[in-house]
Amino acid sequence: MSIYLASLIGGMLIGTSAVMLLLLNGRIAGISGIVGRLVQGVQTATNLAFVIGLPLGVLVYLLAFGGWPEVRMTVGLPLIVAAGLLVGFGSRMGSGCTSGHGVLGLARLSPRSMVAVATFLTAGVVAVAVLRGLGL
Amino acid sequence: MNRIILQVAAALASGIVFGFGLSLSGMLNPARVQGFLDIFGAWDPSLAFVLGGAVAVAFVGVQAMKRMKHPAFDDSFHVPTNNRIDAPLVVGSALFGLGWGIGGFCPGPAIAALMIGLPETVVFVVAMLVGMTLHDRVWSKRP
Repeated sequence: MSIYLASLIGGMLIGTSAVMLLLLNGRIAGISGIVGRLVQGVQTATNLAFVIGLPLGVLVYLLAFGGWPEVRMTVGLPLIVAAGLLVGFGSRMGSGCTSGHGVLGLARLSPRSMVAVATFLTAGVVAVAVLRGLGL
Repeated sequence: MNRIILQVAAALASGIVFGFGLSLSGMLNPARVQGFLDIFGAWDPSLAFVLGGAVAVAFVGVQAMKRMKHPAFDDSFHVPTNNRIDAPLVVGSALFGLGWGIGGFCPGPAIAALMIGLPETVVFVVAMLVGMTLHDRVWSKRP
């Protein structure tokens, strides 16, 4: 399968998952929100079920295709820690990440989410440009 | 059947489909994500199809939601109503984007990738949970 087709079908499955959670439970499939509420101990049962489902979905991929999807981190441990802290703090401060703002926010035509997506895409491009500039 | 059981089953099924979709899409791979963000270098535009496909399907779901009185397993929809574009939205999204570019992981793929058991992924997720807790328990509670 071409990587473009795999990306398109994978994206449509992510959208399908978001629609399931929206029409069945009435909830937004925003990962930072779900994980944040889980850490705070709010709506524990459903949030925990969703979060456990994420790695199980990767296991289904292994069973279906006979190998893990590729996961390759390109930076060393200090930058991994910095990136994790920024992703965690920033996604909670901005009330969403690639799923809540990126998928559902854009689908709802939310102006807040459009600003968030434009901002985090720009910041991501800047971060990668700086990494490349530093030869990392 | 007890409604909470239906809600938990729906959340689990939704999480599994999400994790499988992430795996198929290439979003699970930080190197691919950084290639997508590397528009001034060897740009790999393929991940734009992930966002496009996801938003297109979700858009149909949102239209269906508008025609429903309530979701299947709850009395009302829990959809954000805040329309203010404020500093926390922009600053938070900028910080998130910097971390996303540096590490190549956003929250969903990082948690899904725990399945594969790479130590770097575990370190990233722990740091992410610390960052979330610092925001929710310290920053947003400051005097």
